[in-house]
Amino acid sequence: MTPPKPPLPNSLKRRPDRPGSQPLTGAPGGNGPNGRNGKAAVALRKQQQREKRKQQLLEIPISVVGWLDERSGVSPFLRAFMFRKTPRGTNWYYTLGSATLFAFLSQAVTGVFLAMYYDPSPSGAYGSIRHIINEVWLGELVRGMHRWGATVMVVLIFVHMGRTFVFGAYKYPRELNWVIGVVLLVLTLAMAFTGYLLPFDQRSFWATVVGVNINASGPIVGPYLADFLRAGPEFTATTLSRFYAIHMLLIPVLIAALIGAHIYLVTKLGTTAPPWLKAEKSRDLAKEEV
Amino acid sequence: MSGGALAAGGIATAAIALPALGFALGPVAEDTIQDNWRDVGPESDFNATTYVPKVITIVPEVGGEVGKTTIYVRKAIAADKSPSDKGAPLPYVAISTRCMHLGCPVRYVQASQRFICPCHGGVYDYEGKVVGGPPVRPLDRFYTKVENGRVLVGKRFSLDSHLRRYKPRDPSNHVDGLWKYLYPSRPTT
Repeated sequence: MTPPKPPLPNSLKRRPDRPGSQPLTGAPGGNGPNGRNGKAAVALRKQQQREKRKQQLLEIPISVVGWLDERSGVSPFLRAFMFRKTPRGTNWYYTLGSATLFAFLSQAVTGVFLAMYYDPSPSGAYGSIRHIINEVWLGELVRGMHRWGATVMVVLIFVHMGRTFVFGAYKYPRELNWVIGVVLLVLTLAMAFTGYLLPFDQRSFWATVVGVNINASGPIVGPYLADFLRAGPEFTATTLSRFYAIHMLLIPVLIAALIGAHIYLVTKLGTTAPPWLKAEKSRDLAKEEV
Repeated sequence: MSGGALAAGGIATAAIALPALGFALGPVAEDTIQDNWRDVGPESDFNATTYVPKVITIVPEVGGEVGKTTIYVRKAIAADKSPSDKGAPLPYVAISTRCMHLGCPVRYVQASQRFICPCHGGVYDYEGKVVGGPPVRPLDRFYTKVENGRVLVGKRFSLDSHLRRYKPRDPSNHVDGLWKYLYPSRPTT
């Protein structure tokens, strides 16, 4: 006695044909020109086969997405995130935040690849940057993207902040998002400051000496802050690796986490209408005013 | 159960976070500059009327040009006796080229007998006292001594406007008047 076969998973089961896709059965039999094995009937059946295969191929990505969605339950979140409502009057100024985000992603990607060639030691740093610029294939481009992208990101984050201020988009209930944005601004400037040392030429060395001493000029905490940045009272080899670690590990993680919080709040609270649009009066209020 | 789990989580977090934090902040509380004396040449190299530039290594472990700095050395005269000198005054005056505004390197100009900073226009007189620009105190100096006819340069110290000695401070930190209470001396120096 043979045991019953184990049940097949749904994806492997033969699907029933879609209604209307079965080969015509009412046609007369025989081998005549209109019979079951006639030319026209064979061609028709072939075409139906092709159609069926096409449908099956189209089902593959849908079933993959369906498989993922069934196990993650992500689609309600994605729907709310991607297709959220925006107020009337939304315009190109509302893309400045996305532009800043894109600048950050570009910095992250080019930075990862620069780290593959960079040597954060006082004797090797300058030489490794020369090597990237002059010898590495496309190194000049990638390093240039990182170097100019830093400026672009700082400019964009300021313009984004100005847009938020002028449109009054920082007001209740969006104050917390403004605060997060200000922290992101400070972190971005800290990225610019720590990244400036890394080429380790005369300009970046002395600019960092001056920058650290500006930190030291803060009352009470200043001298301790400068000691933390330099890793001691003098500018040493540790200073360079410390700046490198802050630049490529500490701050990027903080920025990525805060960008997540920033975008979550934007999604949760929605964007504001531009200030030149007047709010529509509710019908009840309009009636009362008459 | 939940209390124990919370406590265990707290201990585990502290066990990771506290050493990491101490690792990063350690240099703030640690004196990393060794008390080493550096030979800058025989006594015959120096005189009491003008400065001789010498290059010394401040941080030996760095290597390359980064740990080096230029100092200006001359023989001390009677007028160089500091009010805080107890016993014998320093035999030589060794002036640091670190500008006391924000730390750029100053150079000595013999014609005007002034130290001049290229960054933001700080100017110091022959003794290193501020005569113009943004610096907040006179140029730092180094301890000096003579052994077997050779001039040795030791640790750095800072000075107030009366050339009294203080523990070394960062550039831009005041040591005069009420300002000095805003810039505490640190364990590192």
